Amino acid sequence: MSSAQRSIDAIDRAILEATQAGLPIAAAPYAAVAARVGISEDETLARLERLKARGVIRRIGLAPNHYKLGLVCNGMTVWDVDDARVDALGEQVGALDFVTHCYRRPRHPSVWPYNLFAMAHGRTREEVLVKRQRIAELLGPACRASDVLFSSEILKKTGLRLARRAGEEGACSD
Amino acid sequence: MIDDTDRQIVNALQEGFPLVSRPFAAKAAELGMAEDDLIVRVARLREHGVVTRFGPFLNAENIGGGFCLCAMTVPPDRWDATVEFVNAQREVAHNYRREHELNMWFVLAVEDRAEIEAVARRIEAATGIDVLLFPKEREYFLDMRVPA
Repeated sequence: MSSAQRSIDAIDRAILEATQAGLPIAAAPYAAVAARVGISEDETLARLERLKARGVIRRIGLAPNHYKLGLVCNGMTVWDVDDARVDALGEQVGALDFVTHCYRRPRHPSVWPYNLFAMAHGRTREEVLVKRQRIAELLGPACRASDVLFSSEILKKTGLRLARRAGEEGACSD
Repeated sequence: MIDDTDRQIVNALQEGFPLVSRPFAAKAAELGMAEDDLIVRVARLREHGVVTRFGPFLNAENIGGGFCLCAMTVPPDRWDATVEFVNAQREVAHNYRREHELNMWFVLAVEDRAEIEAVARRIEAATGIDVLLFPKEREYFLDMRVPA
């Protein structure tokens, strides 16, 4: 990644800091952000567009609380998949409509044999287990072992916090 | 509780909130509602915690930062103290208890990828428990949207 891609200037940073706790829920939210940063609404919108085009901003919208939507079961399904096939199969698992995240991650010898992680949510454990079974069918014999780790408690959920700089408050992230 | 209109709003606003002067008016028109009604409902969903965050979501990797999934095996008698220390670290973005020998799974979110290792070592030093790192080697798909 080039340093040009990596850098955001002080005004971009001020905009991200001003929005990290959230956008004002008001008719003209970007005007409110602009006022806080001390620039025009047009400049705020143009800078946010650029940050989005560069991928610094992944999306603008809301994050729902899965639990409050009744999706109380969150199962991290993990799979030990043949290294030669994991990328092709990972793409297929990631494309399943009920899989919200899918990653390849390192194994830890003798402790953790799984290299493919796919997150599934459901209203009940049974729903999650049915989803796990669909993934198992898709992986077939390329998968040597698997497990599912249900979450029993959310201990913390805040997202990325920018470090405080120059006395400013510290943007959220998925 | 939330009604069908709320669910429709949660589905419609998970991404693509417009970068225009009156974004709620634009979204309200798509949903066939009044701007004021949409604002009131989003504010209420936020207040009741159905919506945990509303705004821009960053991809830290594109400003040099990064994320790393980590896991620890925390003995029951050290659970509370460990939760307290881990959650107190600003870099810990999410932390979940999971039913497994590796019972604590958290995500470090940092502005500079080089910090990940240091934060993990800091947590190990303070808790005396090994921190296993599960950096993402490849992302196959990411769709945070869930049907409401």
